Amino acid sequence: MIIPKLALKNIYGAGLRTWLNVIALSFSFVAIIFLQGLYNGMSDQVEKATMDAQYAGGQYWENDYDPFDPLTLNDAHRKIPDELQKLISEKEAMPILIRQATIYPNGRFQNALLKGIAPEQNILSIPSSVLAPNTESIPALIGSRMAKSTGLKIGDNVTVRWRDANGTFDADEIKIVEVMKTDVSDIDNGQLWIPIEKMRAMMAMPNEATIIVLEKGSQFKTKVDHWQRKDLEFLLQDVRALFLTKSIGGSIFYIVLLLLAMLAIFDTQILSIFRRRKEMGTLMALGMARSKIIQLFTLEGAIHAVLAAVVAAAYGLPLLIHYATTGFGLPQAADSFGYAMGNRIFPMFTAGLVIGTTLLVLIVTTIVSYLPTRRIAKLKPTDALRGKMT
Amino acid sequence: MAEGNLILTKNLVKIYPMGSSQITALNKVSLAFLAGEFAGLVGPSGSGKTTLLNIIGSLDSPTSGSVEVLGCKIETLSHREAAELRNRSIGFIFQTFNLLPVYTAYENVEFPLLLLKTPAGQRRKMVMDALDWVGLADRAGSRPSQLSGGESQRVAIARAIVKNPELVLADEPTANLDAKNSHNIMKTMVNLNENLQTTFIFATHDEKVMRYLKRKISLNDGKVERDEIFKPEATK
Repeated sequence: MIIPKLALKNIYGAGLRTWLNVIALSFSFVAIIFLQGLYNGMSDQVEKATMDAQYAGGQYWENDYDPFDPLTLNDAHRKIPDELQKLISEKEAMPILIRQATIYPNGRFQNALLKGIAPEQNILSIPSSVLAPNTESIPALIGSRMAKSTGLKIGDNVTVRWRDANGTFDADEIKIVEVMKTDVSDIDNGQLWIPIEKMRAMMAMPNEATIIVLEKGSQFKTKVDHWQRKDLEFLLQDVRALFLTKSIGGSIFYIVLLLLAMLAIFDTQILSIFRRRKEMGTLMALGMARSKIIQLFTLEGAIHAVLAAVVAAAYGLPLLIHYATTGFGLPQAADSFGYAMGNRIFPMFTAGLVIGTTLLVLIVTTIVSYLPTRRIAKLKPTDALRGKMT
Repeated sequence: MAEGNLILTKNLVKIYPMGSSQITALNKVSLAFLAGEFAGLVGPSGSGKTTLLNIIGSLDSPTSGSVEVLGCKIETLSHREAAELRNRSIGFIFQTFNLLPVYTAYENVEFPLLLLKTPAGQRRKMVMDALDWVGLADRAGSRPSQLSGGESQRVAIARAIVKNPELVLADEPTANLDAKNSHNIMKTMVNLNENLQTTFIFATHDEKVMRYLKRKISLNDGKVERDEIFKPEATK
């Protein structure tokens, strides 16, 4: 027990030097955990927002539907089979009909996707209820990005032109009844949401749909002819891949921060060994074995990390809890990042993240503390007493 | 080792490499010290006295020849065995005191006993006895930075004798002290030598120390020039 006692005493006796190191190291602890928490929070938030507004509990796609190939939309519609219709009747699923169209806002023309949605649905967090009033005109709901790119606003009428199931072109006026603010650009950019029944009538596609969205937590996995089940693993793969790329970038930050922390410890240890070589000589003269001196100096380095963890907890925990609850404001330009993120990111700090990071830093610090102390093994007591380094 | 000898050196040679050349610090030194001696290695700077003291204290090893200290052959000891010998049986006193700066006087004196794993109660008594011996029991809680040079050296003496070692090696113990403190320190060590029968060997070129020595070994260029035994002037 003598080594821990001596290490604590030396660290305590070093006074301000100890605390400067500890505070510098604690910044690394907090910064690493904060950064990782931020990525976790972003990833979680984007997945949740995307699921809420777009994917819910998974989807069935008509066989021809390919969201990345607009040409497939011409054929990607089919009567809803009985097994899926049953789910829709029980409000455990909802149909969406998707067709290409052209709109003519403010004298320009622009390609758009018409999406038919049931106004009474509550499976997706789209304010579709605004489409409910049954009027002569066709009510449409657009997102704020679409409103910005077309210059359309609530109350505007815009001409829309489409081809129905028979290939006949038709056109009508639609009225913008709501501009929704959504974090998910995939339900916004270039899209107009209209009541599905009106759209089916416009397209001559009675009781047809392009995709069926299942409610959250749905366990329905039955194989349905001409429809492909797409689970969340598949639907979220792009979002997850995007965040994997982002988190690789984040890992570089993580490594840089860790390296900075290690550099601080390594530097301190080297300086300490150089400055305290006479003390080491005295310890050797008093009968302390070199291995014990190595243990002592290594432990001192490791205790710096333990103290840093305590200090980091003292100011870092309230800080992290504050950001986890109030979120982290993003600039307006964040909308162009390309994924469903709100104006605020809520970092997510799991116990695994905090404990894992703390343990990692402790282990790495101990190793880094040990490396410079190997020089002690070569130190001659007489040289050490004279203040020489061999 | 001849009976009664605490230390025996035979043809001791120590050569230091110095760039492309070599310096012979000790040249075939053969000496014997009995238990309870109060001896000094004297001579000018570079005569080899500190080198000899370091080898006797197992802090260094000879280039050739043999050294037997308390029955241990220094040249054959491993680092760990040498550390054990120093811990158990040898006390050191340095010119610059070499107190551990973050420890109090008490903790500095206690340190060798911690290494020896002496039980706490016994340790406390031994530390206070040692501080009493050097007249610093009332400064036990002071840090080295709060002590004068004379007080620091007395703490260093207490640290050297606290474990009742057979041998105390003192390298220029009075070099950083004024005359009054030097005499006080030397008297303290004479008392310890006489009362505890601790063997003291000094390396010094300080006349104030030489006056107390019972045996004076003069070294020059690594060789023993004279080995004199006499009644010290200071105690006459």
